[in-house]
Amino acid sequence: MADVTPVNLITGFLGSGKTTLLQRLLADPALADTAVLINEFGEVGLDHHLLERIDETMVLLQSGCLCCTIRGELSAAIKDLHSKRERGVVPAFRRLVVESSGLADPFPILSTVQADPVLRHHFRLGNVVTTVDAVNGLGRPESLKQVAVADRLVLTKTDLAPDCEALVAELQGLNPDAPLLRAAEQPVAAALLFDDGAHSPLRAFPADPEASHGAVHSFVLAFEGALDWTMFGVWLTMLLHRHGEKVLRVKGILNIEGSDTPVAVHGVQHLVHPPIHMAAWPDEDRHSRLVFIVDGLERSAIERSLAAFAGRPIARSGPLATAAG
Amino acid sequence: MCALCGVLDGGGDWTDAAARPGVFTRNVDSLQRRRERINRVACAQKVLSFYGLTLSDWQASSFVLSTLTGKSCLVDNLTHLWAAAETLTGRPCDPLDPRLIERLEAAGG
Repeated sequence: MADVTPVNLITGFLGSGKTTLLQRLLADPALADTAVLINEFGEVGLDHHLLERIDETMVLLQSGCLCCTIRGELSAAIKDLHSKRERGVVPAFRRLVVESSGLADPFPILSTVQADPVLRHHFRLGNVVTTVDAVNGLGRPESLKQVAVADRLVLTKTDLAPDCEALVAELQGLNPDAPLLRAAEQPVAAALLFDDGAHSPLRAFPADPEASHGAVHSFVLAFEGALDWTMFGVWLTMLLHRHGEKVLRVKGILNIEGSDTPVAVHGVQHLVHPPIHMAAWPDEDRHSRLVFIVDGLERSAIERSLAAFAGRPIARSGPLATAAG
Repeated sequence: MCALCGVLDGGGDWTDAAARPGVFTRNVDSLQRRRERINRVACAQKVLSFYGLTLSDWQASSFVLSTLTGKSCLVDNLTHLWAAAETLTGRPCDPLDPRLIERLEAAGG
């Protein structure tokens, strides 16, 4: 997919340090050929003034919140950038970073890139990076959704709130698959945040893979033996049709009948990315594994449903592997 | 079909992902595509029977979803199927419905 430009989303609640993170990232030579699209809430955009780089590959959307009012504008802005790149009007960027407003629900932004018939042939979704403010934590429903869709979590302001272990545990419990970086204490190199999870396996499974924040909770399902890919598709499309709004995230690697290597699936609410055929298993473990982050759905119901569709039992405590990186 | 608004957009569903390097799909050649469509009809039918619906391939390009009384509609893909099934039957198609699960368990998946 070398000719398909990755689109990375930086999201996080208001004041959680998205722009500061972007500013640090843009200083990284690895992002020299990156176009940036910033969405600000309100009539007068301010955040972009914090970024020292203002050039023709930086686009500012000021119409309001990306999640509800300007999906069309987002789509048009990306198409415009693509058109200018093709005509040589702007430098040939190899990555697009979208910084959303703090109030934005990330799903429609991701959906815009994948659902648009033009965009999906030239762009693909890359990692979603979510900033979480160590001082204010997870106070709002928007924050939970932003954490749930993250491929990387960046904890900010830990210098102001050094005693944040409870928040760290909560974040890792809610989204066990997303590596967590501390922006104040660790380097936040672009490679750490944007290197594709698309071709890598699930990173890690916690020993106790169940955590909750109110009705939002995460869990891991593991099962032995090879799955029928078509039946899995029947099940997941049906589940997401009826309960997509409550499935904040589903991500996993599957042992598929007829395939020697695993298939990685990755979905956010109603949106499922094109499945990735991985080159190899990450370790000796051949269990299929699925991480769910759900809002108000029962693990037992999902587990029983998948088992019934697949025609095989789900192993409650399979040998869950912890793979590096 | 757009998962948000239901507008048909002519493809792009993850179960019919375009063949690209690194992407897992059974959309690579016509034989594989036909085989997958037959398998898809068989798998979906196990579930659709619970709702009194039947699914059949139509010209290797769409599927026909029908009720027992013959009310029918065309569907493009699996994502589209469930919205169409709910419209035809007037009832929700929920994979977490215990009655559906019991039926599938009795049938052995």
